[in-house]
Amino acid sequence: MTRLELDRVAVRAPGPDGDVVILQETTLDLTQRRIALVGPNGSGKSTLARLLNGLVAPSSGAVRVDGLDVAREGKEVRRRVGFVFTDPSAQLVMPTVLEDVALSLRRTHRDRTARLATARAVLARFGLDPLADRSVHTLSGGQRQLLALAGVLATDPAVLVADEPTTLLDLANSRMIGDLLLGLPQQLVLVTHDLDLAARCDRALVVSGGRVAFDGPAEAAVAHYRATA
Amino acid sequence: MRQLPLLDAHRPGTSWLHRLPAGAKLLGMLAAGVVVIVLRGPLTGVGALAVALALVASSGLGLADTLRALRSLLLLGLLVGLYHLLQRSWALAAEQVTDLVALILLATVVTTTTPVDAMLDAIVRALGPLRSLGVRPERVALAFSLVLRSIPLTLAVAAETADAARARGLGRSPRALLTPMVIRTVAHARVTGEALHARGLGDD
Repeated sequence: MTRLELDRVAVRAPGPDGDVVILQETTLDLTQRRIALVGPNGSGKSTLARLLNGLVAPSSGAVRVDGLDVAREGKEVRRRVGFVFTDPSAQLVMPTVLEDVALSLRRTHRDRTARLATARAVLARFGLDPLADRSVHTLSGGQRQLLALAGVLATDPAVLVADEPTTLLDLANSRMIGDLLLGLPQQLVLVTHDLDLAARCDRALVVSGGRVAFDGPAEAAVAHYRATA
Repeated sequence: MRQLPLLDAHRPGTSWLHRLPAGAKLLGMLAAGVVVIVLRGPLTGVGALAVALALVASSGLGLADTLRALRSLLLLGLLVGLYHLLQRSWALAAEQVTDLVALILLATVVTTTTPVDAMLDAIVRALGPLRSLGVRPERVALAFSLVLRSIPLTLAVAAETADAARARGLGRSPRALLTPMVIRTVAHARVTGEALHARGLGDD
């Protein structure tokens, strides 16, 4: 597994009365295959997840992915760490399903024919091949999230960070995406409010008030969160 | 989100325009833009409009369907013409309307008969020699695709904002329409930027 390290990392943001602490000084070593981050809204769990891909820069401390400093070697880190957002619409850039996956592959497949063939193979892996020529605007919420996942996983990152990927989905799609995420060969860092999903991970962190309030086996962490929420 | 046909969607087909290389179509579009701007007078615009209508008809899109899908943009063109008719002259009004409608139709032909991926490849190839001058072709191509994507997205945001304003009884208030529309559009641009960053697009 990839080693995800937070070394005395803190995140602050300017506020009207001075700096606001978003994440207090935190040191973590994440090596498990499936890691859940749970906690109330505004607790800092999304900030913690975003640090891993360089979407948020630490105010102090260092974030490392397999020894690569996220701040200095962001390009290399983003090749290793994929990120899926809550709202897939923002992540879908191209007009059609096939072209959106192909966009992810432009860096690795210069030849268009090979690129489109690989994109079709990726779509087939996710059961999206019948939708290849459909406009991304006409997809259902579940199909969009599945496509966003396919677009990120097309480049085969070692780690997938997913920030509340099931929040906007109905029950059936939420289960489908949840099962898919937990079955991926990639290391998974999952920010979620779905405690049943979180409990199925190997390790879970409860984030509350900008700090890690509990860190341990997922079932114990979920029980802690239920008891303290 | 509402579906807005033709503005960003490639329509697969077998017409000669579908088979024409993306680079040739983009070059043709660029040439048409230069010609209608450089050559003044209504005759150039009428000629460009005739060519554009012929190309729409031969692309297999269906002339009536295309004009129906673009009616709000065409209405905008007519308003521009009306302004020039009242303020300047009929000749300038005719030139402006025919130039604008011709270019809108030509752009529609290009976007509907060409996969965006093929256009990006054509742009990257065309700008390749400029790498030594610091131009990053992949970034330019990505910006091009974002512009295409932003047209239907912005129109959809405008439509949703108008619906929300009407639901609150503020359908006639420009502030209730424009302020949330601008905020939502900027917010969407920021989120899209984050998503591109997260996907590593633009890193190269």
